[in-house]
Amino acid sequence: MDLIQYILIGVFIVASVVGYLLINNVPSRLHTPLMSGMNALSGVTILGALLATATALSASNPVTSYIFGSIAIILAMINVAGGFAVTNRMLKMFGKKKEEKDEQ
Amino acid sequence: MNSSIILSFSTASLLSDPGYYILCVVLASAVLLGIHFMSKVETAKRGNQISALAIALGIIITLIKKDILPVWLIYPGMAIGLIIGLILARRVKMIQMPQLVALLNGIGGAASAIVASFALITMYQSPEIFGKTTASLAIVIGAVTLFGSLVAAGKLHKVLPQKPVILPAHEALTGILLLILLGTVLLGGFMNVISVTVLLIVMLLFAAAFGVIFSIRVGGADMPITISLLNSLSGVAAAIAGFAVTDILLVAVGGIVGASGLFLTQIMCRAMNRNLMDILLGKTALQGKKEEKAAEEPVAKAEEEKEEEAKPADPVEVIKAAKSVFIVPGYGMALAHAQHLVKSLAQKLTSGGATVKYAIHPVAGRMPGHMDVLLIEAGVPFEDVYEMDDINDEFKDADATIVIGANDVLNPAARNAEGTPIYGMPILNVDQCSNIIIFNYDLQPGYSGVDNPIYDRKSGVWVIQGDAKDTLVDFLTKL
Repeated sequence: MDLIQYILIGVFIVASVVGYLLINNVPSRLHTPLMSGMNALSGVTILGALLATATALSASNPVTSYIFGSIAIILAMINVAGGFAVTNRMLKMFGKKKEEKDEQ
Repeated sequence: MNSSIILSFSTASLLSDPGYYILCVVLASAVLLGIHFMSKVETAKRGNQISALAIALGIIITLIKKDILPVWLIYPGMAIGLIIGLILARRVKMIQMPQLVALLNGIGGAASAIVASFALITMYQSPEIFGKTTASLAIVIGAVTLFGSLVAAGKLHKVLPQKPVILPAHEALTGILLLILLGTVLLGGFMNVISVTVLLIVMLLFAAAFGVIFSIRVGGADMPITISLLNSLSGVAAAIAGFAVTDILLVAVGGIVGASGLFLTQIMCRAMNRNLMDILLGKTALQGKKEEKAAEEPVAKAEEEKEEEAKPADPVEVIKAAKSVFIVPGYGMALAHAQHLVKSLAQKLTSGGATVKYAIHPVAGRMPGHMDVLLIEAGVPFEDVYEMDDINDEFKDADATIVIGANDVLNPAARNAEGTPIYGMPILNVDQCSNIIIFNYDLQPGYSGVDNPIYDRKSGVWVIQGDAKDTLVDFLTKL
């Protein structure tokens, strides 16, 4: 195995441990926005989609690669953009104060 | 990259290796900070924005560092995805949040599976065992996430039957499929015996079968846990795809999401008194036994106390006289779309001089925290919504409790009926309240199948049956 692969494993372990420790005291009322926010974060696979598509375009079968690559990019982007936007929409409601509500 | 469709100038030199790695650490830390901020109401919105910004910057530095900025063919896909995502986010109703999260989850899993497929195809003839194994693993996990999430979303959206479907030998089948999937991963990683196309199809088929079988037996109360678990899985799929394409940021963020998602799942399991392993292995709450009658002594005692006082016979009178009223909403409220009526009821009570508090069980609804979102969307003041631990001691002092479409989360059997599926689950102390008005569809036990002794109480309890929307309107006009 190459050095970079050991580094990746190390990064994965550290990230997992920190991520695990981080979620301790989330009040349950925030679980829905939190889940939806983390869901958006899992769309980070967009990075892989961009990378894989760009690489595959120079390979032997660029048309097929482009079609599948674009599907991956579109899906990952829906995940990221939709996830963050809907989380933002939810949290905006949480931020409203009592007085504003009464005016409605 | 010297194909004719790719412009030939390099941007990679703009960002040095150390600079890139430092930026990756900074962005991963920003994601962690974002998640941390999301654990407090005041900072949650900021946290989400920080995470979003981190991912946006992550995309930009990846484009620069990996030399794909000039590959213009990738941009239409990004634009299309962005537009669809934003439209989805704007159009979705808050009641549909669980299925949206499930759907987006599946979509993310699919993207990871495609990314990993590219990597596997590229490496298939090479001796890259690490790359090929991780790619195969990411394909399988991503595809399981996709199909599992699609089934979950379908059930939540009522496209698929909501009742748990349990096949004969369900657990054995799950185990066998899991072994086969493991086999395909080994096949992809170490051997080169079948063509990569065939292998991909085999992986996809079995992952689809596993995903479907995994989700199809989930019903009602296990749904939040399943969604949370799939959420975690989509992070894991992304991280492992990151191994396959050697992208450090992808590995880091995917790892964070995978681990924190898993922990969130555990928190939920604890709140529902479910064992994560049981859920993974396919034991559902439905298999719980019905025969154990809830121990009725404490309730009986409560009854005796209650009977000494003369109670008004009409729940409307009780509510009119009450100075402090607690409202306990459950999934039934969401199902009947009754949250706006609940808010009207609360407003009527407050204008009559009573104080109204909402008591929310951590796993009420189809997704943890879903009740809070629905109530707040309906315009209920955020300050009036209380979490279980903050309000549970106050039930005994409240004049009346109104329960709307909730059952298991307030079933006192959870305290003492050993052997029932809900035994040990923390519950709302509704039974300590002297007057309880229950709006429920019927008198059937809740999802757990355990009878609720509160329903049998002779006095101080009124059960109003029917669709919460109709019964609440009726109740409101009488007030």
